[in-house]
Amino acid sequence: MKLKMIAAAAAALMTAVPAYADLTIPALNYRTGPYAPSGIPYADGYSDYMTLLNERDGGIGGERINVLECETGYNTEKGVECYEQTKGQGSLLYIPQSTGITYQLIPKASADGIPVWSMAYGRTSAVNGKVFEWIFNLPVTYWDGASVAVKYAMEQEGGSLEGKKIALVYHNSAYGKEPIRTLEALAAKHGFEFVPIAVDHPGQEQKSQWLQIRRERPDYVFMWGWGVMNSVAIQEAANIRYPMDKFIGVWWSGSEADVVPAGEGANGYKSLTFHGAGTDFPALQEIKTTVIDAGKNAGDGSKWGEVGYNRGVYAAAMTAEAIRQAQEKTGNAAITAADMRDALENLTVSDARFEEIGLGGFAPAVSQTCGAHSTPRLAAVQQWNAADKTWTVLTDYIEPDFEIIDPLIQEDSMAYATEAGITPRECN
Amino acid sequence: MLYREAGDFKTSYKDDSQTFPIRIDRWGYYAILAIAFIAVPLVINDYWASAVLLPFLIYAIAALGLNILTGFCGQVSLGTGGFMAVGAYACYKLMTAFPEVNIVIHVILAGGVTACVGVLFGLPSLRIKGFYLAVATLAAQFFLVWLFNKVGWFYNYSASGQISAPTRTVLSIEVTGPTASPWAKYLICLTFVTVMAWLARNLTRGSVGRKWMAIRDMDIAAEIIGVNPLAAKLSAFAVSSFFVGISGALFFSVYLGAVEVGEVFGIQKSFLVLFMIIIGGLGSIFGSFAGAAFIVLLPVFLKNVLVGGMGWATDLAAHLELLILGGLIMMFLILEPHGLTAYWRTLKEKMRLWPFPH
Repeated sequence: MKLKMIAAAAAALMTAVPAYADLTIPALNYRTGPYAPSGIPYADGYSDYMTLLNERDGGIGGERINVLECETGYNTEKGVECYEQTKGQGSLLYIPQSTGITYQLIPKASADGIPVWSMAYGRTSAVNGKVFEWIFNLPVTYWDGASVAVKYAMEQEGGSLEGKKIALVYHNSAYGKEPIRTLEALAAKHGFEFVPIAVDHPGQEQKSQWLQIRRERPDYVFMWGWGVMNSVAIQEAANIRYPMDKFIGVWWSGSEADVVPAGEGANGYKSLTFHGAGTDFPALQEIKTTVIDAGKNAGDGSKWGEVGYNRGVYAAAMTAEAIRQAQEKTGNAAITAADMRDALENLTVSDARFEEIGLGGFAPAVSQTCGAHSTPRLAAVQQWNAADKTWTVLTDYIEPDFEIIDPLIQEDSMAYATEAGITPRECN
Repeated sequence: MLYREAGDFKTSYKDDSQTFPIRIDRWGYYAILAIAFIAVPLVINDYWASAVLLPFLIYAIAALGLNILTGFCGQVSLGTGGFMAVGAYACYKLMTAFPEVNIVIHVILAGGVTACVGVLFGLPSLRIKGFYLAVATLAAQFFLVWLFNKVGWFYNYSASGQISAPTRTVLSIEVTGPTASPWAKYLICLTFVTVMAWLARNLTRGSVGRKWMAIRDMDIAAEIIGVNPLAAKLSAFAVSSFFVGISGALFFSVYLGAVEVGEVFGIQKSFLVLFMIIIGGLGSIFGSFAGAAFIVLLPVFLKNVLVGGMGWATDLAAHLELLILGGLIMMFLILEPHGLTAYWRTLKEKMRLWPFPH
């Protein structure tokens, strides 16, 4: 029974593994598969910032941080396996890095009492903390993103989108379908025509979709893409000579890996973002000197300063802030998952605090409450310059159309509450 | 010495034709059943259930199903993922439409719905064979996934296009939903696997199975000796899809709890199940289990050895895993086309002769 022996060996190894650290944070990364181009920079940024804290400050509040990497390949089944494997090791917080895995973890983690932070992805209606006690999706949601993109387009068109046509090129999954409902509502409000165009996983083949765009001639194309789909779409858009400044991606469709392959053709491509671009921040410089130059970096160091990398830094900085605030509140250095949840719910990171941690002006201030699990819900528009290979933030942080979105969030979260048998808790 | 049939006398035809004619085999079978039903539920935890045992059991049903079609009846199918999706969506629609009915009945009905869909897509098999049939079933795979993504009715018009399993109970014990305990999920799957394997074993050694094998070995000869190809092929498609549908329903309701069709039931799933039966052994019940165990355990095992044990980078381990799996499939196709079953058979043969091999 070869299999039995393998199983026995596996069992022996599984029990031998757990190396307890004080602050354990699993990172459900994906450095392989069709989504690796988007997954690697983030994973590097997240780990490198945590390494910086360990190297420079000896962790947070004297406790070292242990980032437990687990490869998911953006695959739901592997994500679940990672979750089950790591949840018993004192995990404080899950950042699933995939909308599909987030949907899996929402009920599981709520039952197990471990907070989940789907950073600007996942289920939008998790904003409603009354229903989703353990789920957080700060700093912004897909529905906000859709609204900001429409608002920006409206500004460009001189204040009206009447009679215009907006196409949405989306990843045919829970992730890509998120903004459709909002865009439909906004189309009704502002009188533009909305054309959803689906791209199936993994998105390497998009000829027919872009043929359709060529035929339909939309005034704007929005994109909800991820992984290899982004660079293919931008290449295809360049091929049909679609005006790049009218092509706006969500924040997951706007990093170097997406635009560089299209070369000059990608010049002028725009995307949403919720944090600063570039390396002009003291914390990033410190990562360079303390972590990367010392050879302690998680990846090969080449992603430093890319949009995806900065996003990993943002996630890590917020995680660290939440841990710090939990430590301050409880007085214990070794906090629990429940403390972490309380801290995330009351997380306040002011502009001054951003300045202190070396990320001044990097992102808008955050101030969470019990009922609002996502703040500040702002996004800016950035543009790619192919010649200098840089992203430039074009606008201030734009506020979405809360009038349209908040009722939708209320409706969707209450639908979930009924479905899952949750009685919304009271928030004072 | 220990493993032999000498002294094991049979006094009736029934005894003679039983599944495990050798006593030690029979004991082993009962022992495995006893361990699986009594001992494992006592020690099982979330990790073992979600990472190892549930996928193994559910994939075993799918592999049994595909083995009936491909291994026993010789009809190549690349539509397994699509048929699993039919099972999952049928189960979801039934679960939400009739919440008062027991989940077990829903799962079986979902298998029935999949059987009907399977027969429909099996019709071309009467005209086309081999690679061409594989392409026809591939069309089924893509069509079904597209359908479940496109038509809102199938996912009750949820905003994300996902389906998620509400909590359901069997004998007032939760088996689906986030709060179901691992042993309950495990036992419900194990019960299904046991019944399905028993069914598959008895179907394949009876007249139905013999007709399938006759068609597989040479369809013209089979027709001449009186096997109706229409009935044989379509029954193979129906039974196979029934199995696959049940595995899809369990995969969605008990194992994952929330499913997105394009990702979970995509073409990769079809290939994965096909690899299981290739590695396990075509036309063998044991092979379906061995293949499922191999493919489910190998990645978990490699991950724990390479990342957990030796501290390698996670991406390196993940790439190596693909490399090893691919290498093994090629190795099996070249060195041992009958898969793990053939090794198992050789081992048993050797054990029977041991310690006097000549």
